[in-house]
Amino acid sequence: MKYRLSSGGQVDRSKPLRFSFDGKGYSGFAGDTLASALIANGVHLVGRSFKYHRPRGFMSAGSDEPNALVGVGDDEARYTPNLRATQVELFDGLVAESQNRWPSLSLDFGGANDALSRFLTAGFYYKTFMWPAAAWKRLYEPMIRRAAGLGRAPTAADADRYTQLYSHCDVLIVGAGPAGLAAALAAGRSGAKTIVCDEQDRMGGTLLSEREAIIDGLPAADWLARTLQELGSLSNVTLLPRTTAFGWYPHNFLGLSERVTDHLGRKEGNLPRERMWQVRAKEVVLATGAIERPLVFPDNDRPGIMMAEAARTYLNRYGAVPGSRAVVFTACDSAYRAALELKGAGVHIAAIADVRPAPEGPWVERARAAGIDVRPSTLVTATHGRLHISHADLASEGASSSETVPCDLLLMSGGFTPSVHLFSQSRGKLGYDEALKSYIPQKSVENERSVGGCRGLFDLGASIADGFGGGLGAVRGAGGTPVTEQKIPVFVQSFGQDGFIGALNGKSRRRAWVDFQNDVTVKDIELATREGFRSIEHVKRYTTTGMATDQGKTSNMNALGIVSHALDLPVPKVGLTTFRPPYTPVTFGSFAGQSRGKLFDPVRQTSIHDWAAEHGAVFEDVSLWKRAHYFPRQGEDMHAAVRRECAAVRNSVGIFDATTLGKIEVVGKDAAEFMNRMYTNAWTKLEPGRLRYGLMLREDGFITDDGVVGRMATDRFHVTTTTGGAARVLALMEDYLQTEWSDLDVWLTSTTEQWAVIALQGPNARKVLEPLVEGIDLSREAMPHMSVREGRICGVPTRLFRVSFTGELGFEINVPMGYGRGVWEAIYAAGKPFDITPYGTETMHVLRAEKGYIIVGQETDGTVTPDDVGLAWAVGKTKKDFVGKRSLARPAMTRDDRKQLVGLLTVDPKVVLEEGAQIVVDPREPVPMTMIGHVTSSYWSAALGRSVALALVRGGRARIGKRLHVPMAAGNIEVEVVTPVFYDTEGKRLDG
Amino acid sequence: MGRTAVARVNSLAQISRGGPEVAEASLSVLPDAAKFVFRGRPSSWPVAAEAFGVELPQAVNRFSVKGGRKAYCVGPDEWLLEAVGEDPGEIFHKLSESLASHSCSLVDVSHRSDTFEIGGTRSEYVLSHGCPLDLSEQQFPVGMCTRTLIGKSPVILSRTERAVFQIDVWRSFSSYVWGLLDEVRREFPSRSRQM
Repeated sequence: MKYRLSSGGQVDRSKPLRFSFDGKGYSGFAGDTLASALIANGVHLVGRSFKYHRPRGFMSAGSDEPNALVGVGDDEARYTPNLRATQVELFDGLVAESQNRWPSLSLDFGGANDALSRFLTAGFYYKTFMWPAAAWKRLYEPMIRRAAGLGRAPTAADADRYTQLYSHCDVLIVGAGPAGLAAALAAGRSGAKTIVCDEQDRMGGTLLSEREAIIDGLPAADWLARTLQELGSLSNVTLLPRTTAFGWYPHNFLGLSERVTDHLGRKEGNLPRERMWQVRAKEVVLATGAIERPLVFPDNDRPGIMMAEAARTYLNRYGAVPGSRAVVFTACDSAYRAALELKGAGVHIAAIADVRPAPEGPWVERARAAGIDVRPSTLVTATHGRLHISHADLASEGASSSETVPCDLLLMSGGFTPSVHLFSQSRGKLGYDEALKSYIPQKSVENERSVGGCRGLFDLGASIADGFGGGLGAVRGAGGTPVTEQKIPVFVQSFGQDGFIGALNGKSRRRAWVDFQNDVTVKDIELATREGFRSIEHVKRYTTTGMATDQGKTSNMNALGIVSHALDLPVPKVGLTTFRPPYTPVTFGSFAGQSRGKLFDPVRQTSIHDWAAEHGAVFEDVSLWKRAHYFPRQGEDMHAAVRRECAAVRNSVGIFDATTLGKIEVVGKDAAEFMNRMYTNAWTKLEPGRLRYGLMLREDGFITDDGVVGRMATDRFHVTTTTGGAARVLALMEDYLQTEWSDLDVWLTSTTEQWAVIALQGPNARKVLEPLVEGIDLSREAMPHMSVREGRICGVPTRLFRVSFTGELGFEINVPMGYGRGVWEAIYAAGKPFDITPYGTETMHVLRAEKGYIIVGQETDGTVTPDDVGLAWAVGKTKKDFVGKRSLARPAMTRDDRKQLVGLLTVDPKVVLEEGAQIVVDPREPVPMTMIGHVTSSYWSAALGRSVALALVRGGRARIGKRLHVPMAAGNIEVEVVTPVFYDTEGKRLDG
Repeated sequence: MGRTAVARVNSLAQISRGGPEVAEASLSVLPDAAKFVFRGRPSSWPVAAEAFGVELPQAVNRFSVKGGRKAYCVGPDEWLLEAVGEDPGEIFHKLSESLASHSCSLVDVSHRSDTFEIGGTRSEYVLSHGCPLDLSEQQFPVGMCTRTLIGKSPVILSRTERAVFQIDVWRSFSSYVWGLLDEVRREFPSRSRQM
């Protein structure tokens, strides 16, 4: 175990785990990440870069990792691409693979891109693949997509569960490092309802790899254990490890993605793989820490080159040794600590190359005292090694010669960048701190505060104090009573604030990487500035720096430094790009949550639905409802079924489920007045017991809904609406009532689901119904067309409508919903002697089209007036007012050349027009022809033995008797314009 | 006619049959009830309360109970009246007579919705999947009710005991809401129900 310490760290050496990477078996320990386990096995080459296919290794140990993206999962249904190996927890049997390479990681033909790199600079695809335009879709784009890319999408449906829940708290603390935990102690002890989330599997942040610090008299690890124990014992505190706060939405609403089972491997039980917490927090404490900045120097991307703090983490937390001979390249003190700790573990430190001319202070002295070769004003000018670093060239700044130093590890540190992503998402204002060379939170917009490293406080003691204070402040902000301030003494050797942003490549022609994930080099950024891009937002888009899945966590500040230097502008003048959710990628499954399969949307079914399903109905979706479309018998297609169903209604009797119609009960002494105002019709004189067709307009005078309305009593109307319009019409009515006419004594109640509606239509309808009904005289004289009676059917109450949407004698039987199927079955049984036939919406459409009855939304499209569709008779001319009345008086609404509803009969009766087809006068006119209307409904009419169609045609009524044309791809179709009633034009059958 | 009246079918009859038993969050269908929406001018409120025999809470989002009857205040002038196991026709008739001279609206909605209950130590947690409200006891105490959403469905949610909530949901949405909560509680261990 050359690369694994025999003791130390938080891995459990008594629990070895087997895993495979690219088909090769390895072993690690419980507590490892895939990254730490591979490092402990001496594996550093883990990926190929996005564009140039450069060999890449681990750069960091956390969510900022740009290189080590892997695909995890041994079956397609549980495969996840693009996971950061630094965050993948090891479990027994884990299967992982590298990405973006072919045929293998060490021999990757895509590496040819690297040799072509001078042609693949920033914006190359804008410049190179311009012509011919057609080639983009077929050649360039597929080629680029194949050559450059990340992981592959799995092909099987996701086998896991995902859930989403809402949660509410006083204080949400993001990040459980020292500052976050101190804030949690303050909030928790104060009794505030507190949620603490952290993206790592263990809480503690930097404390997890801390060796020296003494906190509150305890070694860091012990203080951490004690703190977590205390927080765990508080019932008002919820600790969420493995939970990333990925997005900030208005009013302190944050999205948290909890990875529940990924670390368990083959799990038992039904836990969701991920749980999305949608948290509404009164106060948010951001304790998101800081990210170590890479140094930008020539060849800085080889495997074996990593962040100094990452090396510490691998060593101290996992006991994994990332190399045996290291060069350290730094611009700050913290890398000296890494060098000393690695040296303590037996790693030879070949040299510390320090950018600074005169590094000094306790850390530098300790390094020198330990015998480490500290070289001020020294740069790494090149590195060597094909699949792993083998040498580094060190040169004093300004010197012409360099020394080549053998090494298998190069640690770099350019200082720390506060992690301000969430703060920025919350619209907080950032300010540039010259000393830190970083942006830090300046002014909050939401109820939040940043504490510790994410606001530039890198000293452990200061960070803990800041966290505790921030926790108390949050409690106060949330309206709670904070406990008293507590001083937590911390003993630790501090660091200075040194750091570097920008490029350290001098005049070298070798490439120096800025954005490792998107393969952006210093040259690319400099080229962009030479080509005139000055705003960082433009540079970002042109070069794609910071646009990878890591959102530039490690690259943004260096890119800014380079642009600032190239343009000779101070950094704040260059600007800062916007941070957007998600902080790290979130799975689609997590966003879908429970809304999959049957739960994607509510599927609304009537109480008669199951009967229809049992009788072979084919259903169609009408808004959220399932409606029976037609009832095919053995061997029938839709047309055959519809022809049979139509004939049954015309000749005997059909039964139809009309339950989905919207229903609203309008009740109160001003009900008739309200109806007068809402509908175009006059309602005052409608007697109780009678029905009327009602037409509703919007303010603009166009038809928005219609339906049959029954007056049940002087103060009670039973209103029906279209299926899709029910909720909208109720909202519109309620809106007028509450905002305009609050003086009216009338109230609205949705009764859509109170009533099942069974339409019984056809010449034999009365005969079927009569024996089932009690207390209602169904005779022609006692119950004329358009009347309603209350009584009982099959022993249950009914509101029985005599109404027809087919042109035949018809009834609509309203019964309380729970009785729907029972009554339906009774009617069906009673209809057997008449060969009663269930029919669906398609037949209903044909039958009403034969009669020229419109369907709102089919014959109307929001630009149609009552007169346009021949419903001027439904407009109460003498009414004082109604919604839309004034708009109807506008000149444009009464012009003769408006589109008007007409019937169309094809000259060849066998041709059925296509709905939506355009209508022209002269088919010989060159394209584009003058289109004067379109077909709104078109069917084969079994009753007439020919096709019929309805259409909206400009000045249509004046064209009746004339011929028009419907040009189609297959040729022109000639049609005759007729009155839009095709069947039983005198309406005698209604009186049946 | 001599025939027996057709029987009422609960919209949850099928989906609730033979489901798993989950102690942390049990789901059970509640008996059918007569239900009415009562709205009106203030002078009619005490009359309705008197006739129905249950006080009409004046605070919106509170309900009151007396025996098998409940009155949920779901708007400034709106109550949902509920009488478990009673005949809607009789109650409607009685209330209508009492309210005849008052300006108000009474509508029978007995069949519009069905009601089920979720109970157990994790009922609040399970409901939080889909219900965006703060359901903690501080914010949503026993005796509270509200119109809200569970997933994509409107419901009337009420808390009858510390760990028991009732969900009144329109029939065509009921299997969706039941299915959603049933799906969520799968994360808890379950036993097959003894048939």
